Amino acid sequence: MTENATRDLFPGALEMMILESLRRQPAHGYALVQHIQQRSNNLLQVEEGSLYPALQRLLKSKLVKAQWGVSATNRRVRTYQITAAGLRHLERQISSFERMFEGISLVLNPVDSPAS
Amino acid sequence: MTWFANIFKRSKLYDDLNEEISLHIEERTEQLVGEGMSRADASREARRAFGNQTLVEERSRAVWQWPTLESIWGDARFASRQLRKSPGFAIAAVVTLALAIGANAVVFGIMDGLVLRSLNVPQAESLYGTQYGDNPAWQSYANYLDLRDRNRSFEDVAAFNFALGVAMDTGKDALVANGFAATGNYFDVLRVRPFLGRFFHASDEHGTNSAPYVVLTWAYWHSRFHDDPSVVGRTVLLNKHPYAIVGVAPPEFKGTLLFISPDFFMPIANQQELGGGDPKDRSNTGGVFETFGHLKPGVTPAQAAADVGAVSAYLENTYPKQVAHKSTKISRVSGLTAFVSGVRAFVAGLTLLAGLILLAACANLGSLFAARAADRSREVALRLALGASRKRILRQLLTEAVLISLAGGAAGLMGSMALLRKLSVWEPISGAPIHLPVSPDAKLYWFALALALVSGFLFGIVPVRQVIRANPYEIVKAGSGARMGRRVTVRDVLLALQIAICAVLVTSSLVAVRGLVRSLHSNYGFEPRDTMMAGVNLAMAGYSGDRVPAMQRRMIEAMQSIHGVQAVGLVNDYPPLVYTAGTRVSVFKEETSDLKPANAAAMPYRYGISPGYFAAAGTSLLAGRSFTWQDDKNAPAVAVVNRTFGERIFGSIDKAVGSMYKLADGTHVQVVGVVEDGKYQALTEDQQPAMFLPFLQTPTSSAYVVVRAQRDPQELAEAMRSKVRGLDAGLPVDLETWNRLLETVLFPARVATMALGVLGMMGAMLSITGIFGMAAYSVSKRLRELGIRMALGAQRREIVQAALGRAFKLLVVGSAAGLLLGVLATRVLASIVYQATPRDPLVLGGVVVAMTLLGLVATWIPAQRALSVNPLSLLREE
Repeated sequence: MTENATRDLFPGALEMMILESLRRQPAHGYALVQHIQQRSNNLLQVEEGSLYPALQRLLKSKLVKAQWGVSATNRRVRTYQITAAGLRHLERQISSFERMFEGISLVLNPVDSPAS
Repeated sequence: MTWFANIFKRSKLYDDLNEEISLHIEERTEQLVGEGMSRADASREARRAFGNQTLVEERSRAVWQWPTLESIWGDARFASRQLRKSPGFAIAAVVTLALAIGANAVVFGIMDGLVLRSLNVPQAESLYGTQYGDNPAWQSYANYLDLRDRNRSFEDVAAFNFALGVAMDTGKDALVANGFAATGNYFDVLRVRPFLGRFFHASDEHGTNSAPYVVLTWAYWHSRFHDDPSVVGRTVLLNKHPYAIVGVAPPEFKGTLLFISPDFFMPIANQQELGGGDPKDRSNTGGVFETFGHLKPGVTPAQAAADVGAVSAYLENTYPKQVAHKSTKISRVSGLTAFVSGVRAFVAGLTLLAGLILLAACANLGSLFAARAADRSREVALRLALGASRKRILRQLLTEAVLISLAGGAAGLMGSMALLRKLSVWEPISGAPIHLPVSPDAKLYWFALALALVSGFLFGIVPVRQVIRANPYEIVKAGSGARMGRRVTVRDVLLALQIAICAVLVTSSLVAVRGLVRSLHSNYGFEPRDTMMAGVNLAMAGYSGDRVPAMQRRMIEAMQSIHGVQAVGLVNDYPPLVYTAGTRVSVFKEETSDLKPANAAAMPYRYGISPGYFAAAGTSLLAGRSFTWQDDKNAPAVAVVNRTFGERIFGSIDKAVGSMYKLADGTHVQVVGVVEDGKYQALTEDQQPAMFLPFLQTPTSSAYVVVRAQRDPQELAEAMRSKVRGLDAGLPVDLETWNRLLETVLFPARVATMALGVLGMMGAMLSITGIFGMAAYSVSKRLRELGIRMALGAQRREIVQAALGRAFKLLVVGSAAGLLLGVLATRVLASIVYQATPRDPLVLGGVVVAMTLLGLVATWIPAQRALSVNPLSLLREE
């Protein structure tokens, strides 16, 4: 079940959304999930847990960094922050995603296609 | 960040992750509660929304892992948990493999020492030489000199001979030491460097007895001189002659024979004064043991052989009376001399048998694993149904197999190392400088590891098909008993194969044991029981010339005066069948005038004996007389011959007595008596002619006095020792029973029998466990069916037949195949074990009885279990 849910997104989509959220402001895991859900108007049914393997991958490739701190609710939380490398990666990802999205739209809306 | 550094950070990472995840769920729960949900519902909803927590954790961790290795590690941990659950199975499997891999490792260690490893000298690969016994031409020192100077194939040719039983007197004490007499260029040809001091060289030799130098081996320097570097330059007495110690050989250099490590090296030019023969005598085939040298670059062994052949043809033409030339083989210097083919055949046989053991063990474990996989088919089906991939399940099963094989390999390796270490310090024949050149090294570890992995995969893949074919739905629905219908399963084939292998091993070990027993009770032509031998080399105490036979006669008379002694005799050099030593010479018919070796009528063994020898040895006189003290130097030359000699040269025993023949030097010899045939050099030899000459006519300083007495050997030896001491206190004497001395000739047969016996036992054990496993398994699977049969009135006989019929069928088929193979295989044995023949009703019967017994032992418990089935309780269970 879990696999199907993540497969609904294309590979790298979750990472991209995490990086974008973190670009706006550093956050801990739960806040990230809420942010992504709210921004997508709950259209993306991401299983909450799948965020964590993605975060670990980003940590490992040093696109984000993490720091333990105390939250507003006085809890010990790990706050993630995007790194310079993360920013560069995000920009590349977004531009390549936009190109891909454009291509897909052209295929799906043949009326706009110059070939017709 | 490297994965290596990660390992240390990892537990922290994992803790962080856990904390984060629980915080996440907590926060979600609180939010839901805030939205008005009950706490219990909120908590459940939070978990649902989160998804599979374990999986998330696993995946998050997987990001940091070195994936394959760690999942294998996980598999291994799971496998060891599984095995701990069935310790009986695990222990049986590990022990089986430990035995099989251990046996292979021991055989490999022996093969490595004897066959794979060449002599420990630089560039041993281009070292070629003549073999002992291959051609008598190269056995004399004068001929060696011609070979060295006339050949065009070798860079230089060196030679060596034994200098055994030399009294080495350091001034403090005189002990008997064993050395090599080597040519001056020996060390230079071998390209060895001294550890201390210097070696002797060709430039040190200036003719007979001109180079009184001695080089110690490192081991002897270590044990007798306690690593004292000041021994270099010191003088010692060798058989009373002064020699200067010039150097010590390096520890890794132990001479040019694998089995015999000398204590010292002395120049071969000096061997005459230590009791060797005349170096100028071309017919003295005791002058040189083997010759060897590095081939010149570009010269092939075949060219070298032709070249050496040309030199020997020249020698034969020039010295027709002294030199006989057959053909010369040139071979790599193996350190095994003439035994090389025998040793290699034996090692190859052992390797084959040990390989069979391993194969049988793998077959055994393979069927155990298949049975285990069948028993676990429900578990496997469940895992398949829950989404595990077949690949993953197979990897799990293989991991289990490899884990077992590695554990077995480790245990087997440890056992074999211990055994090989014991073997390397073992002195098979006390007092003789003979040892097994085995030294386990890193190669052995790799070999054992490779064997373990290969056998692990071999038996691990047996259940693969079973798992791949498994249909989870069917299995879960019907239970594991559903697939019992197949007619011939892999397990049946494996079991039959294993029984066949076992039968081969049992057959060959029985053949070997029978052969050994026969050779122990065969007729040697003398009676070794109740005899004590006194080996005395008068040269050690400085005797020479006429003093030698005079002293020997005094010794014989002194022995006769010991209480309880029945007969005393003396034999020159070595008695028959001792240290595989024997001298053969050419003899000619009386009418032959051209006494060249090609015209010889026979090549009998030659012994010089005293009056009374036949009585002491227990050899019966068939015709004529034995020697008297009157048969001395001034009397006409006479001889006693054996039956074969008499019949071959004179036609019959009766014609032989009184007839004349000639020796190579032209001496006319009259036959005065004929004795029974015997064995002279080896138990496996064909019946050979032999002649006995009076020792007074052929005096030699080295001899054995044979004393026959029905007394406690210990007391007798003491009495003999004190008699010798009474005659000359400084004369070393070596006392042994004849039977003890015979151990050398029986040694190969004994070792072969021992090795085969052990392998045969292992094969038998394996087949017992194999049959037992199979029978027990099939009985337990069919308990219900047996119960129903019993309830329907089946007889006990029918129950046993139903339960074990298959096991017995397999046993019969396997045994028959194995017996056939065993009979074929034991032909190899005949060269090592005297009279080893598989066409022996006792052996064939023995194999059949042994296999039947094995079958009975192995099926006894399962049969009892089948018979004690209680149909009621069984049927009630389901």
